[in-house]
Amino acid sequence: MSAIAAQNDDFSEYLTRHEEKDLLRFLTCGSVDDGKSTLIGRLLYDAKLLFEDQLASLKRDSRKHGTVGEDIDLALLVDGLEAEREQGITIDVAYRFFATDKRKFIVADTPGHEQYTRNMATGASTADLAVILIDARKGVLSQTRRHSFIASLLGIRNIVLAVNKIDLVDYSQSVFDAIVADYASFASGLSFESIVAIPLSARFGDNVMERSARLGWFSGPTLVEHLESVPVGTAASAAPFRMPVQWVNRPNLNFRGFAGTICSGSVHLGDEIVVAGSGRTSRVKAIVTADGELEQAFTGAAVTLTLEDEVDISRGDVLAAAAQRPEISDQFAAHLIWMSDEQLNPGRSYWIKIGTRTVSASFTEIKHKVDVNNFSKLAAKTLELNEVGLVNLSTQEPIAFEPYGVNKTMGGFIVIDRLSNLTVGAGMIEFGLRRATNIHWQALDVTKELRASAKGQKPVVLWFTGLSGAGKSTIANLVEKRLASLGKHTYLLDGDNVRHGLNRDLGFTEADRVENIRRVAEAAKLMVDAGLVVLASFISPFRAERDMAREALEPGEFIEIFVDTSLEVAEKRDPKGLYGRARAGMIKNFTGIDSPYETPVSPELVLAGGTKDPHDLAEEVVAHLQARGYLD
Amino acid sequence: MAVPGAFRLPDLKVTHLKRLEDESIHIMREVAAEFRNPVMLYSIGKDSSVMLHLAQKAFYPSPPPFPLLHVDTTWKFQEMIRFRDEAARRAGMELIVHTNQEGLRQGVTPFTHGSSQYTGVMKTDALKQALTLHKFDAAFGGARRDEEKSRAKERIFSFRTENHGWDPKNQRPELWNLYNARIKPGESIRVFPLSNWTELDIWQYILKENIPIVPLYFAAERPVVHRDGQLIMVDDERLPLASGERPELKRVRFRTLGCYPLTAAMESSAASLPEIVEEMLVARSSERSGRLIDHDESGSMEKKKREGYF
Repeated sequence: MSAIAAQNDDFSEYLTRHEEKDLLRFLTCGSVDDGKSTLIGRLLYDAKLLFEDQLASLKRDSRKHGTVGEDIDLALLVDGLEAEREQGITIDVAYRFFATDKRKFIVADTPGHEQYTRNMATGASTADLAVILIDARKGVLSQTRRHSFIASLLGIRNIVLAVNKIDLVDYSQSVFDAIVADYASFASGLSFESIVAIPLSARFGDNVMERSARLGWFSGPTLVEHLESVPVGTAASAAPFRMPVQWVNRPNLNFRGFAGTICSGSVHLGDEIVVAGSGRTSRVKAIVTADGELEQAFTGAAVTLTLEDEVDISRGDVLAAAAQRPEISDQFAAHLIWMSDEQLNPGRSYWIKIGTRTVSASFTEIKHKVDVNNFSKLAAKTLELNEVGLVNLSTQEPIAFEPYGVNKTMGGFIVIDRLSNLTVGAGMIEFGLRRATNIHWQALDVTKELRASAKGQKPVVLWFTGLSGAGKSTIANLVEKRLASLGKHTYLLDGDNVRHGLNRDLGFTEADRVENIRRVAEAAKLMVDAGLVVLASFISPFRAERDMAREALEPGEFIEIFVDTSLEVAEKRDPKGLYGRARAGMIKNFTGIDSPYETPVSPELVLAGGTKDPHDLAEEVVAHLQARGYLD
Repeated sequence: MAVPGAFRLPDLKVTHLKRLEDESIHIMREVAAEFRNPVMLYSIGKDSSVMLHLAQKAFYPSPPPFPLLHVDTTWKFQEMIRFRDEAARRAGMELIVHTNQEGLRQGVTPFTHGSSQYTGVMKTDALKQALTLHKFDAAFGGARRDEEKSRAKERIFSFRTENHGWDPKNQRPELWNLYNARIKPGESIRVFPLSNWTELDIWQYILKENIPIVPLYFAAERPVVHRDGQLIMVDDERLPLASGERPELKRVRFRTLGCYPLTAAMESSAASLPEIVEEMLVARSSERSGRLIDHDESGSMEKKKREGYF
């Protein structure tokens, strides 16, 4: 910087000061029309961040869409998408940037409308502070409570209660005091560390950046003063070292580095670290960055570590301080925000991504959902879009974690639908339900291989799927007889023998059908473990459940057989008279009539159930097994 | 064990540039780990220069594990092309250059087809062709949220359909730094690692890290003509001159770089990085106003993005 300094001291000093600024990320939220967008427009306007051409385009747009007469409508600055400008609502999180002399800010402007609550949670997930707007004329509304609850749930500890439009209540102190008291009474149940209430007018700028003479009775800070001074997280933290491994860096045989972002604590050369999953330990040999090696690195730093020993580490592992290891479990209680139009399906298998790990998981129980108006707990069988609940979940593999309240990275996860790939939920682990400090399964002396070889066979599940009346059970019976004649040990699971015993508590709603198949898949898995050839004959109409069954087993242990009989043919056969009753409205949720059947995408075998004789089809199955060595 | 000179005192305060750098590196590593075939769109501008620099940091000591892709309309400034080839060579990365050959054959130029159709064919279509041709499943772009209104709502991982379309009303929620990278064959994700940087951050980082940028950003005497209130540089003999229109030498520089007939110059004497930054701090017009393609109509960027523009 010396050349610059010689050129212009003031300017150099300005740049240095700007470079030294820290960053505060906050979100603005509140109900529709509370003036969030206007407030952010006001911050940009007062921070002199608008350029002449933006002002010109703003004036043009104000005439076209504005709602404040001849004045500039500051909200139009931030309502970015065309549809929003037309409807006058903010439908998605918009990120805005401004800086003052003291600090740089990233603002998440989040939607107020109830149907976009998921977007508010998105904005809250990366914020250090929330500005909750209240229209002074309306006071605390249900959206205020909902947003406060979500802010609290997502771990925001600092709240600014911005009582906006104070100009419209004659700058009244009593109105302000009443709102603050009302808010404080319900927010006491939430986990905020500080709530700072400020009366202001975004439209006229009172108490935003400039202190307002019209609010002389108010002795607290202006909004900007408070945002500039509220403490932000520092990098040096007393928390134990944690770093999820993102990527293994192997430029050559002599270098094996583990790249990741430190999510808590710090790491020093020579520190003893542990791979949380395997329990293997080593010491930090180098902290590598492109700017040179470091002696120590802190929370938030993106670094690459090399270790003294050759330890098996891959993406998804967590490196941690050996003296303070994170817990490991595969069963959790977590708060969940549901974000999809399609309801949560307990028992169905989803992906969850936590840290750098993506694992298969299912929600085993909904303990309750939360009424965000009074925070009371309600019984629930599912969660709908924008609902929040406390759930139990079970992951297919154990994972290293910490409660979300302790460490957001180690406890926060997103839920991904396996078929649509959409992000359908966001979760926050409260605690592990089962401590799995030793995650290695007890090695049993008698193994699956041993049991199978004692029977002289290769265990496998033949999964027959298709419409009711397609011929699944008939074919499965014939196949079982043929296998028995070949000396194979088999078992046939079908709807009748399962529904009368193991699953007699289940009905035919979508949720119950999912649970039905889940239990069948688990039972089939145990039988495969016992060395049997299992024939499972179930309508199993949903792809996700068939995939779940497939995944419960090892590769090659699951053969999906689609008995492809058209609805027309199956309905004509109607062996149990079920179609007739379903058509008459006497049976609800009947596959093919008022409940869908999702055709398999790539089954191992398709049987022409509508046209061929069942004996020939059974031979096709046996031939398939022979060709692939299952009957050797 | 200690590395001489490597010790640093615990920073109690992390500067915003460091936080931004760490975030961008994290994003890039996620992409390298989760996608089969990522690519980095390299447009040669200052944002691309910063993005490339960050990629080199993210994977050090390895070179970035993906190629660079430049969509060449054939109307870029000559200095940009020279700089591009040099930058790829320096980074040790493969450079893929794609031009819409069909557009060339049809003679699509900024003059014959108007800026909007020209951009559609030679930039948007060309980009889609290249992404489809090479089966890239993720593409980094240097766009920032502070650039333009519709960009402010863009995700960091932005989902695109098989036809490379963007649906602003149906974006995946994006929480914490957990990016959903799951897609079906043919679909792709555009990734914006500079989302949270502002123009000032970019300049300040270039200054701090001494990142090379195209000399066109610095003021020099260049031949320009006045058109519709903007200064257009005569970079080669292909620029059709109206009768009476005469190139004159003016001391100009560029705030953004694109196709030379569509990129307006500004009169300036800022010839060094600190001078550019200082000039920008007192700038009176926003960054994209130097780009003629946004000016067709209000909301034009959102439209172009829906169609697959970066």
